[in-house]
Amino acid sequence: MSQVVISGFSFSYAGSDRAALQDVSLEVEPGEFVVLAGVSGSGKSTLLRAVSGLVPHFHGGTVSGRVSVGEIDTREHSPGDLAAQVASLFQDPETQIVMGTVRAELAFPLENQGWSEAAVARAVEETALALGIDGLLDRSTAELSGGELQRVALGATLAGRPSVVCLDEPTSQLDPVAGDELIGLLRRLNEDLELTVLLAEHRLERCLGVADRVVGLDSGSVVFDGDPTSFLGWAVKAAPALATPGARLLAGAGLRPVPGVRRARLAMRERGALRVDCSLSGRSAPQTNNGRKEALKVDRVWHEIRNGPAILRDLSLEAKPGERIALMGRNGAGKSTLLRHAAGLLKPTRGSIKTPGRVALLLQNPNDYLVHEHVSQEAPAPALERFHLNHVSQRHPRDLSGGERQRLALAIVLGDPADPPAVLCLDEPTRGMDRRVKDELADLLKGLEITLIVATHDPEFAALFADRVILLGAGRIIADGSPLEILAGGTYFATETARILDGAALTPDQGLELLRRQEVPA
Amino acid sequence: MTYRRRVSPLHAARAVAGIAWCAGLGVAALLESNPIVLGGVIVAILAGGAAARAGRELRRALWLAIPLAMTVALINALVTRNGLTVIWRFGNLPVLGQTDVTLEATAYGGILGLRAAALVLCGVLYSVCVDPDDVLRLLRRWSFRSALTATVATRMLPVLLRDSTRLAEAQRCRPGPPPGRVALMRATTAGVLDRALDVAAALEVRGYGASRSREAGRPAGGGRRGRPWSRHDFGFLASGLAVVVLAVVGRVSGLAGFTAYPSLHLNAGAGTLSLTAGLVACALMPFADRRGIEP
Repeated sequence: MSQVVISGFSFSYAGSDRAALQDVSLEVEPGEFVVLAGVSGSGKSTLLRAVSGLVPHFHGGTVSGRVSVGEIDTREHSPGDLAAQVASLFQDPETQIVMGTVRAELAFPLENQGWSEAAVARAVEETALALGIDGLLDRSTAELSGGELQRVALGATLAGRPSVVCLDEPTSQLDPVAGDELIGLLRRLNEDLELTVLLAEHRLERCLGVADRVVGLDSGSVVFDGDPTSFLGWAVKAAPALATPGARLLAGAGLRPVPGVRRARLAMRERGALRVDCSLSGRSAPQTNNGRKEALKVDRVWHEIRNGPAILRDLSLEAKPGERIALMGRNGAGKSTLLRHAAGLLKPTRGSIKTPGRVALLLQNPNDYLVHEHVSQEAPAPALERFHLNHVSQRHPRDLSGGERQRLALAIVLGDPADPPAVLCLDEPTRGMDRRVKDELADLLKGLEITLIVATHDPEFAALFADRVILLGAGRIIADGSPLEILAGGTYFATETARILDGAALTPDQGLELLRRQEVPA
Repeated sequence: MTYRRRVSPLHAARAVAGIAWCAGLGVAALLESNPIVLGGVIVAILAGGAAARAGRELRRALWLAIPLAMTVALINALVTRNGLTVIWRFGNLPVLGQTDVTLEATAYGGILGLRAAALVLCGVLYSVCVDPDDVLRLLRRWSFRSALTATVATRMLPVLLRDSTRLAEAQRCRPGPPPGRVALMRATTAGVLDRALDVAAALEVRGYGASRSREAGRPAGGGRRGRPWSRHDFGFLASGLAVVVLAVVGRVSGLAGFTAYPSLHLNAGAGTLSLTAGLVACALMPFADRRGIEP
């Protein structure tokens, strides 16, 4: 018997003319690991919310069709009633943590379900051990890092042993290490507990390797339903925005796209395409632009918190005019703090920062910049024109798409093109973006002809725009070099193409060019 | 200004005792009009806060409480026509009309301001010293809606503090003049509503309110809520009750009398001073016992 049955389900949010889901029919078997793939606005989150009962009970709107979980009809039961069967984890861990300590957080859903005191205590301990958060049990939730918070939120999701877990981009705020750990953990729980997993994710290369099935969505309709290998074959032809870098590389080399680095390498090896000569790839030191005055000079900067740790430790950095720098590192490495110092939002406790002009900073959430009623009030007309936003100048900023809001926030911080800043800093600009919007942003940044410093967790995005990559760790620079030097080595801060090709290339296009030059048979 | 477990007798007490103590002082501030007694209540709150290691938060709260008290006093002085002793004649002002400021209205405005300041400080002390998780469990047994409101409000506070910091930083990143206050207020309000929805959705999917059985209110086990009532629980509960009883006695007996209109009359005798000293002593007594206050 199927665990989740969705039949002819359509849904429109209240006040919206467009259907968020249209005639969706799916059956998910117990213990299946299903990835929902689609660009932003394709209906992934709405589908997850329909399974958890938030649609329609919490969001309202117009519904037709039926969703049932373990024979419980979601139209007749509230999300609270479904909580014993279905658990949900959303993007932002901060708004999902509702209790003061980790122990209370894990116990909370169980107490809501009326479990006995002893059963709650046992489940809390077991869940904490399974997720490796037993050391955090008596910590205050206010003291946890983003990665720890998301792990605790996952613990609260799984503590009640639900049969279905819905996850909406749970790794979007995590660094590559924590993101991979979370996906691995999900697979283990899926196998150990026969947990049914429904996972919506933009970084498909991260999760297709562990998935049993992929459901592709477009404009609220199911456009693909099959195994990950078939999905990649379909995506390369029908939905390139959903094709992983590895799939594009393999397809370009005339091979059948397969999920996961190991299988991709095997396929390449069988075709004799893994003997690439790294000398062909143009490995080089970053351009130093000797003789040109730096656009930003960070000189032995420390940021020390009173009664707390040092976030930046004796950090020095010079950015030359026109350089495009990707700043990478784990959560808490000091990336955001460094950008805030560069923009003058923070003062170093030691050291100095010099720049010949203004430093513009775009923080993580573009919505924080949007405070007016009309787009035209937010930024000067030439700035709107530069980012192709003239046609929406009379709309409310919050009615724009995610990509348009990002461009508007860029127009705001850059200001009038006649008075450009010396440096533009962006803090995690691709969070929650699909590949198409990321590509557009990378093209836009490259066209700005300005010194860029972008803090990002996304090596694929860094490979697209950067000509220098700096890796931070514990407030210090631990690596600084060309993208090929930094993003080609290692496992976590490396692109999928680099991992498949032993670091010989970063992007599928570079990889294919390399293969062509080696005359690898297609 | 959010709860964090500190090493203090008040933090060691269970939520019901903490609530009783804070509420007792709040009730005393509402019942008493004598400025000496009100001053005593404020002293008790500040001293209690310092003993509970919440002095820093209370100092920050004073930045809100003092301007609030002054504003209340000023408004009362300007809008109240009662009192015999005119100290300032403004003449005929727009909106307010004939405005004569009296000594009595000014003094009574000061009393109202002191009362408002005491209530603000009580609220801050409650949010810093009483475990919201305990409050949630306590309320959930009797009133789901109250508990839900309390939970969302409590959980929203740190989220909104982070949001407001981010919003302020974003506005500092704008070149040129900053946006107007109205625009910022509108954006903040919209953000609050979005965040409240996120928190409420998280509560829904965790099954909040799905089960209202008695079991649901019980603790996870292993925590201090499962222990028998401690000396601190009894101490703060008794202290809160004693403060209320003293305030009621003072009010009913007229021991600490104060009338503002038509002319000022302040009882500053031994009775008033005894009542004030009794209130402060009752409020601070539970802090003397520092045994077993570690988490």
